[in-house]
Amino acid sequence: MSTNRVRVVVTGLGATTPLGGDVASTWSALLDGKSGIRPITEDWVDTVPVKFAGVAAVDPGDVLPRPEARRLDRAEQFALIAARQAWQDAGAPEVDGERLGVVVGSGIGGIGTILSAYDLYREKGWNRLSPFTVPMLMPNGSAGWISIELGAKAGAHSTVSACATGAESIGYGIDMIRSGRADIVVAGGTEAAIHGLNVASFAAARTMSTRNDEPERASRPFDKGRDGFVLGEGAGIVVLESEEHARARGARIYAEAAGVGYSSDAYHITGPEPEGRGGREAMLRALKDAGLTPADVAHVNAHATSTPVGDEIEARAIKEALGSHAIVTATKSMTGHLLGGAGGIESIFTILALHERIVPAIANLDDPADGIEVDLVRGEPRKLDGGQLAAINNSFGFGGHNVAVAFTTV
Amino acid sequence: MAVTEQEILAGLGKIINEITGIPATEVTPEKNFVDDLDIDSLSMVEIAVAAQDEFGVEIPDDQLKHLKTVKDVINFIQA
Repeated sequence: MSTNRVRVVVTGLGATTPLGGDVASTWSALLDGKSGIRPITEDWVDTVPVKFAGVAAVDPGDVLPRPEARRLDRAEQFALIAARQAWQDAGAPEVDGERLGVVVGSGIGGIGTILSAYDLYREKGWNRLSPFTVPMLMPNGSAGWISIELGAKAGAHSTVSACATGAESIGYGIDMIRSGRADIVVAGGTEAAIHGLNVASFAAARTMSTRNDEPERASRPFDKGRDGFVLGEGAGIVVLESEEHARARGARIYAEAAGVGYSSDAYHITGPEPEGRGGREAMLRALKDAGLTPADVAHVNAHATSTPVGDEIEARAIKEALGSHAIVTATKSMTGHLLGGAGGIESIFTILALHERIVPAIANLDDPADGIEVDLVRGEPRKLDGGQLAAINNSFGFGGHNVAVAFTTV
Repeated sequence: MAVTEQEILAGLGKIINEITGIPATEVTPEKNFVDDLDIDSLSMVEIAVAAQDEFGVEIPDDQLKHLKTVKDVINFIQA
């Protein structure tokens, strides 16, 4: 960790998830092992084989004023709510707008808007569409709105890499600060894709759990009985800041955002490469970028989505990159899979695990799959040791995108 | 069945409140959309679309730009 480049720290956290409308309620529910998965009540549920999802615990329409909410896609609503929380949590820092950036993306974009606008257009014609239809459906809409809200003029970006989007956004934010483009970057991911077409499409790819009789037990990463992922929705956004800027204003620092590693499988458009090379390389590159050794890493928040094919490959990649000592959790067992939002909330969970030195247990892990040689947290949350520790958040996406973000205690 | 000015004003107040958050009581005939109510051009499009649905009167884009005040819209709908 002896680099002379700009060090980046985390000074604010914001989230709205299936477990709670903010970071505190979500984190507390995770430590209690609660599930955010519940039956879907929309009328389209009869048309799909999956009858449950991780619906946001607090509806964004109950948080935002109606005139604001109606101009925003649901994914943008989540993002704006999480960004406001993160900004307040960081102490609403005084910063030159030219030195403030935003990197917030979504895996899918405003699919709810696309579908409802298409219906409206077909039924009533073009001139009944909201003039905000385009900014509602574009996946960079959240970044644009947050930049307007905060007056961020250093650049507003949206990286898109399916389920790796949130983590990649944080990686891009770290790079923005290191390269000198910004002192503060608001970064993370959002998603609102619990819609019949989206559920049907993931079901068509045979990736979703159909454990309809036990929704809360359906997301079971690393368990022998897992049968697919569970769709969730929400957003997780962090405030990244140069250490110098944060120290100068006396900000509370949760952790250092020490490094990021990227790789691509170049193998299959949806399935992971069977040897786990891509995940392994992303973790190794994150270590190198952060100036860490495998022995420094005390904890991994695994991507682990509960699909039959993915989890064991990731366990193997973690073993090969880091060894068997790191404590591994899989919080999608409780939140479901937030797609583009996953890397955002799971980075927050990784940061809080370091900050509070406790790792939530994996829910529904009754019977771990054979051949897993990493230390999975089962039953109760596990305490982390004192001293200087590192932790990694893994996020992998359709397309073969692999991102590992390394955080350290400060 | 002709709609009265009061009925149109009440309907517009409701629409403008829904779209902009401005209290319906502040939507009075003499108010200028830009200068008094701080309503931008895209919000005007939203208001026009909602008014078309509410009152069944098409407001073409080339007419919309001439409707500067609440009274202008009321007159257009009544005409």
